[in-house]
Amino acid sequence: MLELRDVHKTFNIGTINEKKALNGVDLKLEEGDFVTVIGGNGAGKSTVLNAIAGVWPIDNGTILIDGENVTGLPEHKRASFLGRVFQDPMTGTTATMEIQENLALAARRGQRRGLKWGITKREKMQFHELLAKLDLGLEDRMTSKVGLLSGGQRQAITLLMATLKRPRILLLDEHTAALDPKTAAKVLALSDQIIEENHLTAMMVTHNMRDAIVHGNRLIMMNEGKIILDIRGEEKKKITVEDLLRKFEEISGEEFANDKALLG
Amino acid sequence: MVTIIPVLGALDPLALVRALPGNVSQGMIWGIMSIGVYLTFKILNFADLTVDGTMATGGAVAVMLILAGYHPVVAVIMACIAGMVAGFITGILHTVFGIPDILAGILTQIALYSVNLNITGGKANQAVSVDQFDLIVSLRYITSTIVVTAILTALIIAILYWFFGTEMGFTIRATGCNPNMSRAQGINTSVAKVIALIFSNGLVGLAGGLLAQYQGNCDVNMGRGAIVIGLASVIIGEVLGEAIFGNRLNFCGRLLFVVFGSIIYYIVISFVVWLGLPSIDMKLFSAIVVAIFLAVPYLKGKTKNSYRRAAKGGVR
Repeated sequence: MLELRDVHKTFNIGTINEKKALNGVDLKLEEGDFVTVIGGNGAGKSTVLNAIAGVWPIDNGTILIDGENVTGLPEHKRASFLGRVFQDPMTGTTATMEIQENLALAARRGQRRGLKWGITKREKMQFHELLAKLDLGLEDRMTSKVGLLSGGQRQAITLLMATLKRPRILLLDEHTAALDPKTAAKVLALSDQIIEENHLTAMMVTHNMRDAIVHGNRLIMMNEGKIILDIRGEEKKKITVEDLLRKFEEISGEEFANDKALLG
Repeated sequence: MVTIIPVLGALDPLALVRALPGNVSQGMIWGIMSIGVYLTFKILNFADLTVDGTMATGGAVAVMLILAGYHPVVAVIMACIAGMVAGFITGILHTVFGIPDILAGILTQIALYSVNLNITGGKANQAVSVDQFDLIVSLRYITSTIVVTAILTALIIAILYWFFGTEMGFTIRATGCNPNMSRAQGINTSVAKVIALIFSNGLVGLAGGLLAQYQGNCDVNMGRGAIVIGLASVIIGEVLGEAIFGNRLNFCGRLLFVVFGSIIYYIVISFVVWLGLPSIDMKLFSAIVVAIFLAVPYLKGKTKNSYRRAAKGGVR
């Protein structure tokens, strides 16, 4: 499915801002895995997702998707394997384009884009149906510009866009962090539903330990650019926030300093 | 106001009216160029300064081809293609060599100055007379110029309306608004940028080919300040269009209003000349007009959202 072998990345090499962001990450995802990723600030959670997405080239190591080596592929080429939702609701959609146009863009992920119509009648009907399922009333506003929508609505649309064309892996990068608690819960539930219905393989970065425990079938914890804990199945179901904190201190020898993770 | 009235009394209002058809035809030719500026400035979010050079390139190519015996229509098509090449070069400088957008445009523009002089055989200008050649537009035949440019503009708007509704057109719109998302959706944003620059400068080159025929010569300086005229047209058109149609203004309408913006620009210019503004002050005046139009939306936003207002007790 997805395999990371000894992935390294250092930012700003040779400057005073040099930062070892990934320090030998090894990870193997099975088909249908839904992995939650936790860790303190700067642990490398989002960096792992960006490495998989190819936002920049990695320094060392190999990234395989479905056995295919994608390490040398640029971001827009890897997009055909991936669905992505970002922390900032503004990042995932195009504000100046209509809701239906945004979805049409996503429907062509991984395809050649030529001089055929950017959106077809059949697609409009399909999008109407999908939007109605979100239950946000967006199906009646398909020609509205996405810029007019709220953050939660935009995240819901981004989720739809990320999964419209079945991705091999869905990458959720703290995608509810910028939303109010109620909306965040809604978007999270929607993510669960979409992942389950389509049997997707997914990785979700979160700073909320409880969310990380409740969602998914596998949990990894990162610290200083490394995966320090990887639990799944029954073991994951039984674990508590306190257990996680204790394990973190045991393994890393530090205290988990992240209020959001503790309180959230 | 009181002092102006006697001055106005001494002016001949008929002269202004007589100048109107000329303003319209000139505005329509520059309107085509302004549509090109709209594509980069508004859709791609790329301040492309290539156009000052491209305008003159279009003129030089058209005039030299006509003098060499080619049909003026062929000459304009070649002017368009020459413009596309210029846009392509700016695009490559930006996407492949990582040169910032404004600088990439300036580099091409400066290079074109030499290129244009080479095209015209080292002369700063070359005349092409409507008496000798069957030119498609000319200031001697203003009515037919307006008809020809109107048809051409309609054709261009139709083609762009179609193009920006295609998959490829979508990629350009998305790239201009949100390049990060575009890449996440599998769009090669570099390609999208280059395509948009090719389209834009193609239109500018075409307008240059028309303008040279219209004024009966090409000049190596004929594109100087073109970007400012283009921006003025885009902004005047936008302000006007949104004032009249608000949010209902669709893409076709926006392009049409860019052309109206250009026509209005030339009417205003002719008006201030009529009032007695020396022609050497023209560019200063243009720059001030554009600066004002660019500043107004920003300052308007600030009055709603300012520190001073906050200090006075907020927006309540």
